[in-house]
Amino acid sequence: MTTRARQRQRRGQVMTVLTWIAAAVAVIPLVLILAQLLLNGLLQLTPTFFTQMPSPPGVRGGGVANAIIGSIMLVAIAMSVAVPVGIGAGLYLAEHRRGRFALVVRLLADVLSGLPSIVLGIFAWELIVRPSGHFSAWAGGIALGLLVLPLVTIATEEMVRLVPVALTEAALALGFSRWRTALAVVLRTAMPGIVTAVLIAMSRAAGETAPLLFTAFGNPFWSVDPSRPIAALPLQIYSYAQSPYDEWRAQAWAGALVLLILVTIISVAGRAVVGARAKLLSAVTPRVGRVDE
Amino acid sequence: MQSPLGDRLYRTITTVCAAAIPFVLVLLTAVVVRAAWPALALHAGDLAFGRTWDVPHERFGAVPAVVGTLLSSLIALAIATPLALGVAIFTVDIGPRRLHEPVAFLVNLLAAIPSVVYGLWGVFVLVPMLRNTIMPALLPFGAVMPLFRGPAYGPSLLAASLVLAIMILPYIASVSREVLRAVPQTQREAALALGATRWEVVRDAVLPAARSGLIGGVMLGLGRALGETLAVAMVIGNRHAIPDSLFDPAYTMASLLANEFAEASSDAHLSALMAVAALLLLITLLVNLLARWLVQRVATGLPGSRWT
Repeated sequence: MTTRARQRQRRGQVMTVLTWIAAAVAVIPLVLILAQLLLNGLLQLTPTFFTQMPSPPGVRGGGVANAIIGSIMLVAIAMSVAVPVGIGAGLYLAEHRRGRFALVVRLLADVLSGLPSIVLGIFAWELIVRPSGHFSAWAGGIALGLLVLPLVTIATEEMVRLVPVALTEAALALGFSRWRTALAVVLRTAMPGIVTAVLIAMSRAAGETAPLLFTAFGNPFWSVDPSRPIAALPLQIYSYAQSPYDEWRAQAWAGALVLLILVTIISVAGRAVVGARAKLLSAVTPRVGRVDE
Repeated sequence: MQSPLGDRLYRTITTVCAAAIPFVLVLLTAVVVRAAWPALALHAGDLAFGRTWDVPHERFGAVPAVVGTLLSSLIALAIATPLALGVAIFTVDIGPRRLHEPVAFLVNLLAAIPSVVYGLWGVFVLVPMLRNTIMPALLPFGAVMPLFRGPAYGPSLLAASLVLAIMILPYIASVSREVLRAVPQTQREAALALGATRWEVVRDAVLPAARSGLIGGVMLGLGRALGETLAVAMVIGNRHAIPDSLFDPAYTMASLLANEFAEASSDAHLSALMAVAALLLLITLLVNLLARWLVQRVATGLPGSRWT
């Protein structure tokens, strides 16, 4: 081998090692964070943590029952706003692939999904909290809804585009009207993928804090009234972490662990549906050709 | 049976849904800018050039927050970009095939961790570690490198940049991965056929074709970093001053909003915060538009792309 060839080979080896190092270094923070969460949170996780209300500083025990309920309500409001609109918009984008308006909407959906969530919170504050005069679950839910709207839109479009065109054509040839084809054939075939995306979007909404600071605002008491301030798990973690009390700080770790477990369950459920989608598509595709056009 | 009414209804509904997205963006911008208007009219000079943030005296200098936002984001980018590119190259071209999916999955998991959990970890693990071990070790270099000057409290520009770097790493890595995978396989094969080593394939055949998409991915990461709120608010130290060293506490626009918005009582204060929000909105809008445009340029015309 010539010196030049050996040099090139050595260079390749060095770069390979560097990418190995990059991969290792990128995974380290994940391991560190998960380890700390388990270490500090696991012992605090008693059954009462899920069933009780927050306790005053210095008092042992206490839980986050109200925050869990609050988070569920906020996410429910967010999803009921974002899912129908997002699916409708996704269907539009998939159908009007190259239309000028579709191009603009597609670009803006991407842009919206990249905006700071705190700005969405300020928008909801100005739109709902200021006119109504008080913080509310509605405002928090809407802020979170704006956060997930573009995610649902983008995912729906992508899933609908995976549906074989031949399937649509077959339905139309059988005399199905356009709207029935879209809903009964296209949307139904794409549904498992959309459900997955919705669940992943949901887990993101459940973990968001910034837009809730001045919309849902948090609430140390039991409340299920959507027109009033409401507790949320991430908000509770935030205020506990900032507090000077050891008990509360310990609870912040436990709350973070619960939050992460919740988020993981939701998105694992989503991935389970992805498996279903693959099966579903492979059931229809052999007869109609390639999946991605 | 054909049902023109149903079809028309379906078309109208989906069009309205699609129109909701531009509508929300326009409304959002209009509402925030309108709410910021009084401050923009009264305190524009102070907001743009002032360094003092003194609420009782209605001094609203936003410069430290703007500088803190840019500095923390850029330092985070400087840390995260090489790592993310390394991960992307590893999971597309270089690493063993068996590890491609698992490594990509693990790195993506970083994006699933909520911001407040990063903040918690930053406050109770990273900051003490910086204060007790890393900062004291770096302080001797302060004599020659002004970046490492004390005092070393812990909550600092450095802490915020590190947390941000971890948070944006998965975004940059996954966009880069997508872009690299979009480079046609034939291009790699051609380079291999000419006798290139695996690294040379990446360097000469893959990276140049993917360049603008990679830059777009980095800018998407920048967009995230600029707007990230809570994790930063918890570790940056929240001091209204331009930091002289990495160890100094600082402030960002987003954390300023997080800390003061709910407590703002005077109209002037509220409007000044709205002006900060409007500025943050405009900066992130621009960064995102540019990033999308760059990614789109690479992705267009390639199989499986949303932009075809």
